[in-house]
Amino acid sequence: MVHVVLWGALKSASGGKDAVDVEARDIRELFRKLEAEYPGMKPHIDRGIAVSINGTIYRDTWSQTIPPDTEIYLLPRIAGG
Amino acid sequence: MSGVHVTTTINGDEVDFVCPADETLLDALRNRLGLTGAKEGCGTGDCGACSVILDGRLVCSCLVLGAEAQGRKIETIEGMADGEKLHPLQRLFISHAALQCGICTPGFLIAAKNLLEMNPDPTEEEIRFGLAGNLCRCTGYDKIVRAVQAAAKEMRGA
Amino acid sequence: MPLDTSYTGQKFKLVGTRPLRPDGIDKVTGRAKYGADAFAPGQLVGRVLRSPHAHAKIKKIDTSKAEKLAGVKAVITSADLPDYTNGDRGMFDILENCMARDKVFYDGHAVAAVAAIDADTARKALKLIKVDYEILPHVTDVDEAIKPKAPILHDDIFTEGVEPKPKKPSNIAKRTEFGHGDVEQGFKEADIVIEKTFKTEQTHQGYIEPHACLANVGPDGQGEMWVTTQGHFVYRNQCAQLLGMDISKLRVTASEIGGGFGGKTHIWAEPLALALSRKANRPVKLVMSREEVFRASGPTSSTSIDVKIGARKDGTITAATATLRYASGPFYGMWAELGAMTSFACYDLKNVKSVGYEVLVNRPKVAAYRAPSAPMAAFAVESVIDEIAKKIGMDPVEFRIKNAAKEGTKSSYGPVYGPIGIGPTLEAAKNHPHMKAPLKKNQGRGMACGFWFNFGGQTCTSININPDGTAVVAVGTIDVGGSRASMSLMAAEELGIPYENVRCVVADTSSLGHNDMSDGSRVTFSSGMATVIAARNAIKVLCQRAAKMWDIPEDAVVWEDGCAKPAGANAGTFPPLTLKEIAAAAANTGGPIAGHNEFVADGAGVSFATHICDVEVDPETGATKILRYTVIQDAGKAIHPSYVEGQYQGGAAQGIGWALNEEYIYGKDGRLQNPGFLDYRIPVCSDLPFIDTVILEIPNPNHPYGVRGVGETSIVPPLAAIANAVSNAVGVRMTHIPMSPPRILKAIEGGPA
Repeated sequence: MVHVVLWGALKSASGGKDAVDVEARDIRELFRKLEAEYPGMKPHIDRGIAVSINGTIYRDTWSQTIPPDTEIYLLPRIAGG
Repeated sequence: MSGVHVTTTINGDEVDFVCPADETLLDALRNRLGLTGAKEGCGTGDCGACSVILDGRLVCSCLVLGAEAQGRKIETIEGMADGEKLHPLQRLFISHAALQCGICTPGFLIAAKNLLEMNPDPTEEEIRFGLAGNLCRCTGYDKIVRAVQAAAKEMRGA
Repeated sequence: MPLDTSYTGQKFKLVGTRPLRPDGIDKVTGRAKYGADAFAPGQLVGRVLRSPHAHAKIKKIDTSKAEKLAGVKAVITSADLPDYTNGDRGMFDILENCMARDKVFYDGHAVAAVAAIDADTARKALKLIKVDYEILPHVTDVDEAIKPKAPILHDDIFTEGVEPKPKKPSNIAKRTEFGHGDVEQGFKEADIVIEKTFKTEQTHQGYIEPHACLANVGPDGQGEMWVTTQGHFVYRNQCAQLLGMDISKLRVTASEIGGGFGGKTHIWAEPLALALSRKANRPVKLVMSREEVFRASGPTSSTSIDVKIGARKDGTITAATATLRYASGPFYGMWAELGAMTSFACYDLKNVKSVGYEVLVNRPKVAAYRAPSAPMAAFAVESVIDEIAKKIGMDPVEFRIKNAAKEGTKSSYGPVYGPIGIGPTLEAAKNHPHMKAPLKKNQGRGMACGFWFNFGGQTCTSININPDGTAVVAVGTIDVGGSRASMSLMAAEELGIPYENVRCVVADTSSLGHNDMSDGSRVTFSSGMATVIAARNAIKVLCQRAAKMWDIPEDAVVWEDGCAKPAGANAGTFPPLTLKEIAAAAANTGGPIAGHNEFVADGAGVSFATHICDVEVDPETGATKILRYTVIQDAGKAIHPSYVEGQYQGGAAQGIGWALNEEYIYGKDGRLQNPGFLDYRIPVCSDLPFIDTVILEIPNPNHPYGVRGVGETSIVPPLAAIANAVSNAVGVRMTHIPMSPPRILKAIEGGPA
């Protein structure tokens, strides 16, 4: 089980929860399950969500594996200059 | 289009061009003579990217009319190196990493050359004020000033 | 198998040295070709007609007279740019920003464009276009825009991120929130709580080269574009979509770039040039004037920020909150969100909360500007940090060291940090001679910290080994500050050949796969990593070829010092084969030798800096002089230290301009009053001292050389460091950036300004 911590803008999509638990082996599966359970997250996922796993931020590598029982953080896909 | 016929000397070569009476020297250099080393950063004389030397005097070529070049002598960045041999300022700008994007570099080199011709041994403050008409957004001027200091020293043979 | 990109602690021969940059000669002789330096046979001049109104409905545009003018070859309006965005609101905003559709949203918003045989004809044609506007009330100030009676820009935007969904449209496009712990409880535990409100004005990236392109589209739907950009692949993809073209049919070549700093990560007039060219069936060169650059290409946000921090007498911060209102121009942005994420990133906080509001105003669409949104948040937070330290009676550096984030800290925006540099930059500041230098009357010293994420992204690099043993590195990321030198260093390091034997070029969009832009301080990290991997792939091929030449198994060959060698005694005894010898034999061992890499560079290392600044304020004029400036920043690994220093110095100088002078000034009529370098004054040489730099190298564990990325963080601390220095010099807390002479005088004479 992966403990997924949400940032503010996602809380309304999850019914006000700060975090949700999802069974997922990689980022692709994580997004698929989040979308299925919380349809309100789809626009955010479409716009781009980055995933922080053990301190490393992944923006695009959806095949990135998530170790079991990890606490991960979802973040907006940031822009830079 | 009725234009003005202009005969002028650029980097030692006599050239002719025809331009409208209200065309800037910068546009004439860039669009009629293919000398695109002078850049337009503002068109209002604020950035110095279009600097050239006109009869020994540093000017913004965006503030000079092409027609005013008649019978004058113009030095541009394209004439700064002597064949294969770079001017010390050109060489030291590269070795001091005094450029990043490089858009302001031709203007700085022309302005610095003019400065060192008038004042071969400038203080740091004189360099900073001497180059205050040229904008650089990348470097914070640190390495530019150091490159000019090094060039001044080398050119004095010190 | 996933690529192993982890840091190995490898010893370097070339990386870390300072060779001459490959584009140096071109740039000091005037030969380097920038956006406006290209010519095409039969090219036309493109010009854009822009709205003089801040907010208006477009009732009618009559272009008939302009079309009839001799020498005019094409006139376009939004009718020539049908909507191909297919429900993608972000792309539709870009389309609408490039050319207004039903409404104009800011002074400078494009409404029509012409292509003509020369500039004079194009100018005359613009004057013949009649636009019938219905002027609407406007709002340009971030705080005014969120008041209940403010004119609403879009009646279909309802604040996102609030429950329940609002019933009325709003200029607040989005609310976002970050943090953890219980801030109310944290404030109860504090001995001292300080709360203040700050404002920062809008600034422009101020690149010296205006936007420029040369577009060429034929009736067969094929096109080419030469353009100054930070990301030619992204420009290609977006332009192709907006014009309804196949991506394969639009080939984009990037010119040398005359500065971008985020401003050239967005398309502006490029789709108009392409549409004009398509309509005229001639090449069209479109170069923005400086005034257009200011009025109509993206500045950064103006902001208004509340910060509240509580601490115990021993110097421990118990709670911190920030509410950040960032203007994003007339379209949805993520700028307050970035401010909210970065605001407290330097500190190890138990209880922290930051809330961001994206605010729509009648100003140009905000674009990224170097570590976008972080400098303003840092200004507000680091000012309050300084105030608290003073109240407690603690040295500001010690106070920050006590509360600094470290490896294992849960950051204020969520993730737990790996090895990071905030502590080491603070320790270096504490021990730097600058901190102990004496100050005179009217002088003050300030310091501040800053954070930026850095990121990676999609990257594609090819290395071709030539028959003479030299190598060409083709990258897809624009060189904004010397990256071709860094790429060449890394390729030469891996291949074991001299730096001079490597030539790095920025390939056009038809020569490589997609690359993300040169943004997020990502180039040396991402393209560098792709270059290292591509070189290692080329080495695999070189070893295979050596094996063939020796007629031994491939796995019996190793690569050392630029040579293939037998792996051990069992492999046979052969003298080493140099890269040059293997390359010369390539035709008979299997053909061309190359190494490629296409990947997503993830795992960029977060970046921290600490700046120290001394100022002198003239109490009569309010003018501030920067006396001394020191930048201390973690680079991870400095590939070419001269250009790392250059990034540190350049970011500091931009921050100094922002802190003291630069601001967009709007009149009551909603028009920009200072769209030129005379009245929008960026720092000149005589405004600045030498800028000292200290490069720390705390390796990023996710890059083979430890690179973090260095481009952006250097602009984050200056607003705060200078505000702290000025506040210390004048004895009044400065809360409004820029600290222009009138604002400082007002502060000295009558309290806060």
